[in-house]
Amino acid sequence: MTPELGQLALILALLLALAQGVLPLIGAWRGNRALMAVARPAAAGQAVFVAIAFGILVWAFLRFDFSVQYVADNSNLELPWYYRIAAVWGAHEGSLLLWIMILNVWTVALAAFSQKLPEVFASRVLAVMGLVAVGFLAFIIFTSNPFGRLLPMPGDGADLNPVLQDPGMTFHPPMLYMGYVGFSVAFAFSIAALLGGELEQAWVRWARPWTNVAWAFLTCGIVAGSWWAYAELGWGGWWFWDPVENASFMPWLVGLALIHAQAITEKRGSLRAWTILLSIFAFSLSLLGTFLVRSGVLTSVHAFASDPRRGVFILAFLTIIVGGSLLLYALRAPKVAAGKPFNLLSRETAMLIGNLMFAVAAAMVLLGTLFPLIGDALHMGRISVGPPYFGFLFPLLMLPVVLLLPFGPFLRWGKGDAGMLKSMLLRVTIAALACAIVAAFFVDGHMKAIVGVAAAVWIGVGVLLYAYKRWREVPRGRRYPAEMAGMLLAHFGVAVFVVGVLLSESLSVTSDVRMAPGQTQHIGSYDFRFDGAHRTTGPNWRADQGVVTVTRDGKDIAVMHPQKRTYPRGQVQTESAVDAGITRDLYVALGEPMDAGNIAGAWSLRLYYKPFVRWIWAGGLLMMLGGFVCAADKRFRLKRTVTRAEPAIETRLQETRA
Amino acid sequence: MSRLLPFIGFMLLAALFGFGIWWNTQHDPNAIPTPLLDKPAPAFNLPKLYEPTQTVSKADLLGKPYLLNVFASWCIECGVEHPVLQAEGPTLGVQLVGYNYKDAPADAKRWLAEHGSPYAVVIADEPGQTAIDFGVYGAPESFLIDARGVIRYKHIGPLTPEVVAKELKPAIAALRKETP
Repeated sequence: MTPELGQLALILALLLALAQGVLPLIGAWRGNRALMAVARPAAAGQAVFVAIAFGILVWAFLRFDFSVQYVADNSNLELPWYYRIAAVWGAHEGSLLLWIMILNVWTVALAAFSQKLPEVFASRVLAVMGLVAVGFLAFIIFTSNPFGRLLPMPGDGADLNPVLQDPGMTFHPPMLYMGYVGFSVAFAFSIAALLGGELEQAWVRWARPWTNVAWAFLTCGIVAGSWWAYAELGWGGWWFWDPVENASFMPWLVGLALIHAQAITEKRGSLRAWTILLSIFAFSLSLLGTFLVRSGVLTSVHAFASDPRRGVFILAFLTIIVGGSLLLYALRAPKVAAGKPFNLLSRETAMLIGNLMFAVAAAMVLLGTLFPLIGDALHMGRISVGPPYFGFLFPLLMLPVVLLLPFGPFLRWGKGDAGMLKSMLLRVTIAALACAIVAAFFVDGHMKAIVGVAAAVWIGVGVLLYAYKRWREVPRGRRYPAEMAGMLLAHFGVAVFVVGVLLSESLSVTSDVRMAPGQTQHIGSYDFRFDGAHRTTGPNWRADQGVVTVTRDGKDIAVMHPQKRTYPRGQVQTESAVDAGITRDLYVALGEPMDAGNIAGAWSLRLYYKPFVRWIWAGGLLMMLGGFVCAADKRFRLKRTVTRAEPAIETRLQETRA
Repeated sequence: MSRLLPFIGFMLLAALFGFGIWWNTQHDPNAIPTPLLDKPAPAFNLPKLYEPTQTVSKADLLGKPYLLNVFASWCIECGVEHPVLQAEGPTLGVQLVGYNYKDAPADAKRWLAEHGSPYAVVIADEPGQTAIDFGVYGAPESFLIDARGVIRYKHIGPLTPEVVAKELKPAIAALRKETP
């Protein structure tokens, strides 16, 4: 009976979402305050019913209700409780439920904090969120019901995909979805602004922390996903340009552009149309990400659900939401160039170049990801472009960004100071060159590693110089407001990330070896000794576990236990062993026994020495932290009602409108 | 006009996706072309499940077409496929050879005792080595092998009544035409 209540809750949530999506829009159009007032209670009600549905599904997993098809497909009696909770979003239906649940979290937060916005505007924003919820709830109810029954009820369920049975999996999807869905706030703001025909700077200021927080969550999700692929998939890499990774990377890139564009619009009033367009794109790419993963249009490791009916539904939904928004943009986007003018040498120009590069990079990733599909359409066959394409173009596009990054903060709005720029250029060049020369002695002439050190120093010194300049010139207490501190942290994160990527890419040593017990393999400056393999068991798996002892100059460094696990349904999963360190990771994956019958004998092993690989994620986490810190700035809080305030900046965007 | 560009761009993209969905309904994504199709089946020599001391080789099975069905007691999909094989097996007109894949012999015997055996003979590949030669992705899979030992048809995943009627039976009928 309970699962049916879950379904009922979803249907009620859909009805409330319809009320939230339609009535306030009519109210805002007609000036009817009663209809506008529907938005908040409807949003709250919808959130309650979605939470009930979500709770019921969690409950069904916890008490092994295998009469629910989704539970039977994704868990079994041996699965530990924490993975049973993670199993809620382990497959298609449940991950959509998580999506809508998170959308409701954002909507409720928006409803709670938007009290001081003009009523017409706030009700339009909430209505747009409601319409997005309508689409997703209808999608769940009509094509992907997580509460469908399975009769007769099986005695035991199947299993959660073993690849997903990892601590990383428990929070990678929720973080990613927090980011994806968070962009819906900036999107709703833009649509509401287009509908109302005006975009006030004060509203952009209010939207900024939401975008920053969403982007920070997305960063966190991507970092967690990358870490998960590294530790769990046994591939030893940290980024694969897999279609599903790309699906999360595109909104990240556009979101990055959006953060900077919003800063320009808020502070200078310029680039309004571009900011609106970017916020539409960021959310559209989030929807597209969901579409690409869920429709089966592209098949990849992750695409565990493919059903043409679902594909058609998402495509229709995407066309209405994205096509509709872009049409609205075409009809009503601000036609007049507003805001303060700026010179060629100015912070605006630097940020615009960055913006352009991020947008082009996102388009490049989109093209590469869709290439197999385009190939089909042109009868060239399914061709994947893969890492060579991305790996060549992406660094090329990011080169100007890396070069400009240290100068952006030094440039003033409107008109930069060339003299200051020259002294600054001199200093970072000297620092970068000096460090590159020193580094050259340590990396045996690996060009990529030297470039990595130089680029990181270039950015890092630039960021530190700016922090020092603020320290010297600005009075105490006003030196590093949250917005400034966040920016410095995130930019410093880029430096850490760049050095991590280039050093680990160029200096890593990989070795596929056959090792008998007692044999030693020398990699980097480490000796890996294979001490044989034995059987072991876990809560729901059996495993062959190898023992590898690592020594350096005779001193013990680590004892590592790579595993090859077999889950109850016969799926085999490698569990690599990682010995983490600040300057290097040691990584061992267990291959196959040389003689299938004798696991105590020789095995094939894959050994890695990965210097500075951890810096990649550390850099990502710094960027994430920057996003969160920035959003905490007091300046972004709404202090008063902005209805008729600031007539000087309020611009009628739609001059031609009647 | 330039304000319409994003919209037009998106519509082109949507058209591409529409095409993608249509393409996927026309093409079975599971239909991975096997390089072995219309090639001689790899040589094998495997013990019988019930009499492990006796082996069955490829040469032993030449002369008559047969359906090699890869199954295992741990495989849930095999449980779905099993009733179909039980019902349709006798009507196919070819011998059914069970290929027990990466399974403990005791488990396999218990499973067959419980569900019944549609197979004329069951061979066991516990280490799964020979399955690599056949390019087996997982269980269940079925190979139709003709009298000369050539693989004529392959199906990945469970045989459903629909697949049997639309693909397997026509493939068997085609074999009959060649060798009356």
